[in-house]
Amino acid sequence: MAERLREVTNADLDAIEIGAAILGTGGGGNPYIGKLRCREELKKGRRIPVIPLEELPDDALVVSLGGIGAPVVGVEKIEEGEECLRALRAVEREVGKPVDALISVEIGGANSMEPMLTAAQAGLPVVDGDGMGRAFPEMQMCTWSIYGHREAPAAMADEKGSIVVIRDTPDDIWLERIARAVVVTMGAAAGLATQPMRGAFVKRAAIPGTITQALNLGRAVLNAHQTNADPVQTVINQERGRLLMTAKIVDLERHLKGGFAVGHLALEGFGAFAGDTGRIDLQNEFLVFRRNGNVEVCTPDLVVVLDSDTGLPITTEMLRYGQRIAVLGLPAHPLMRSPEALAVVGPAAFGYDDITFTPMETS
Amino acid sequence: MFRIGVDVGGTNTDAVVMQGDQILSGVKSPTTEDVMGGVVDAVERAITDAGIEKSGVTAVMIGTTHFTNAVVERRHIARTAAVRLCLPAAQCLPPMVDWPDDMCEAVGGHFWMAKGGNEFDGRKISALDMAEIDTIAAEIGEAGIDTIAITSVFSPVSDEMERAAMARLAERLPDASFTLSSEIGRLGILERENAAIMNASLRALSERTVDAFGRALEKVGVTCPYFITQNDGTLMNRDFVQSYPVLTFASGPTNSMRGAAFLSGKTEAIVVDVGGTTTDVGALVKGFPRPASTTVDVGGVRTNFRMPDVFAIGLGGGTIVSAEGEPLSVGPKSVGYRLTQEALIFGGKTLTTSDIAVGLGLADFGDTSALTGVSPDHMQAVKAHTDNMLLNAVERMRVSPDPIPVLAVGGGSILVPEQVGDLPVIRPEHFSVANAVGAAIGQISGEVDRIFSLESKSREEALNDARKEATDKAIAAGARPDSIELLDQEDVPLAYLPGNATRIRLKVVGDMNG
Repeated sequence: MAERLREVTNADLDAIEIGAAILGTGGGGNPYIGKLRCREELKKGRRIPVIPLEELPDDALVVSLGGIGAPVVGVEKIEEGEECLRALRAVEREVGKPVDALISVEIGGANSMEPMLTAAQAGLPVVDGDGMGRAFPEMQMCTWSIYGHREAPAAMADEKGSIVVIRDTPDDIWLERIARAVVVTMGAAAGLATQPMRGAFVKRAAIPGTITQALNLGRAVLNAHQTNADPVQTVINQERGRLLMTAKIVDLERHLKGGFAVGHLALEGFGAFAGDTGRIDLQNEFLVFRRNGNVEVCTPDLVVVLDSDTGLPITTEMLRYGQRIAVLGLPAHPLMRSPEALAVVGPAAFGYDDITFTPMETS
Repeated sequence: MFRIGVDVGGTNTDAVVMQGDQILSGVKSPTTEDVMGGVVDAVERAITDAGIEKSGVTAVMIGTTHFTNAVVERRHIARTAAVRLCLPAAQCLPPMVDWPDDMCEAVGGHFWMAKGGNEFDGRKISALDMAEIDTIAAEIGEAGIDTIAITSVFSPVSDEMERAAMARLAERLPDASFTLSSEIGRLGILERENAAIMNASLRALSERTVDAFGRALEKVGVTCPYFITQNDGTLMNRDFVQSYPVLTFASGPTNSMRGAAFLSGKTEAIVVDVGGTTTDVGALVKGFPRPASTTVDVGGVRTNFRMPDVFAIGLGGGTIVSAEGEPLSVGPKSVGYRLTQEALIFGGKTLTTSDIAVGLGLADFGDTSALTGVSPDHMQAVKAHTDNMLLNAVERMRVSPDPIPVLAVGGGSILVPEQVGDLPVIRPEHFSVANAVGAAIGQISGEVDRIFSLESKSREEALNDARKEATDKAIAAGARPDSIELLDQEDVPLAYLPGNATRIRLKVVGDMNG
């Protein structure tokens, strides 16, 4: 067993940026700005201590937090810097207890970085794990919610100093709806922290080791660049994944549906996949991959799109006609494949009533 | 009615004279340190070769890599004040936070953050505070800086604050020149601000250079208007380029691709431009270079300009080849402009790709007797290697299985074989001055990139509004109204935002008036 990750340092940030974007499966926002923000925190002499999931004390209080808003706003109206910290402090005030550790709600995309830089500001450790093992568009699509934790009371903070506490909601779907309305008023970017969880619960419900996973994934890609190895194959080897297709994008359609980017890509295979056609459906994230009309990988398993030459991840906003891509399937963690989880993050939850989830290893 | 296209490169200045679609002459001349000498020489010779009257020239179009080179080499860069209107947002990442240290030093690293900026829907983050702006003006004045870049959050949606701040600063600092981020960049504040700061830092150089172009043309006796080509192959007039030098950053590869398209009559093709040291490979779609989808670094600074997607490899006419008996290697080192002294065929001691091409009978220059020591086997092995390098680069840029042609241009294009993989190679006439031709055929454009709310109008109506706005911009910039066509259109729905906001990017182009 490799040495446990105990601290994230400046040297790790480039790799985590790439790994988190790969796990974002096209969504989750670009981690570049988060990486710069972490770097600024470290320059001030602050540190990002990491605590392995299994070492978390049972009675520790852990808060899950991240940014909420639109990724395209995130690259224009950069945060003031302490939004998540203020949301965290508001939750602490609400429950009347100090928090012991932070954890990311989603490792995929920009929210990989937010708990790390808040940890540096708060002087708390960040737990090596997260609530999705990837990215999903809504708050109730995380393991905390799926396995029985109630997210309210939750607090939201914007850059102007406004703090909104959502004290109670009938369920997490209503929390998501109310938070969504609040964030639009706040200017489509805010920090959000939810009700603290006990360490014992987090150990049971978190997807383990995902900071380490993002770090190793990114390191593998960077290492492949240095040694002229095939970066796509390197990612597959690292993740027990499967190369689904090397392809060119021959059609690209995106439109709006309920505030989400919805659409599909049509693919034409090349190389070993010449003659195959493919299709990827997206709803902020890539959700379903079909080969010649048949579903081969679908949510919650990860459909990853990489640049076929560099192995660098391509997000849904970067897609364009004619791109040469490698499509990979990566297996979701068993916690994301249980019947309870599939009810919230399986194909039916995204409107695919005709698709039954089959683990990608058996498809 | 004649047009002159000029390409001012790092090594050569090329000029062509065109009449309609006809190329009457094409010449190359060494680029001079003052830029002027090379332009005078090239333009004079091109006019003489074409046998035309100077008075018949109606327009001169100039492409130049001068400003890109200034950034890459950190030369001629002015100390600049970066002013960002954002507070309380965006203070965690100050201006120039991700720049290389030496570039930051070159512009002086002076920045101010102040209250201001807009939300995605146009609301104010906070109102502009004129007392705060006055304090900044005093500090800029004290620091002795006279070029200022202003960036406001969501200025592509509303540029009001950038303009108001500029007006106030200009009252206090009447000699300062200004760059507004909303005029040169798109959403993505760090990249847009980077472009604005670089632009501000290059304005003095731009004024000098554009003046030098003007004086050079005056010296030749050409009195017509002149234009500079920008990143996407369209033209800017002299006042515009003095204000926006960064918009020329990628004009070199763009001109060579557009020139190749024109010379060959092809609009869908892969262009291989072989210079002395490197080969640029790009793709033509509808006669225009395909743009890169990701951010592009210029001298280590991240920008989000629309730049052509270019793949460069270390292969050119001066590329150094391993001698016989050594393990086979080609490049990336090159003898560059010293080719005519150092290559074997020119009496030198270095085996280059040009020697191999001459030795194999693919080209006829220099002294072939100098190649007796190089065996045909070695030459063939090198040729197979360079063919393969080109094949890989072309395959990388190819976007469809269609058998589109490869257009070989540039001084070193003798290295390109008759066929690359399954693609036929076309070597258009005047291939060595394709860049200058690309400049000569530059078009006028208009662009829109901002967020539209679809609450009160349909997507089609929003696209129509955007097209009209872009068309008006193009006409204002000098395009002939009846020639305007839509070049590129893209709308990206903004995830998570209700109210169906969508970001529309759209560009129209038209032929130049007159």
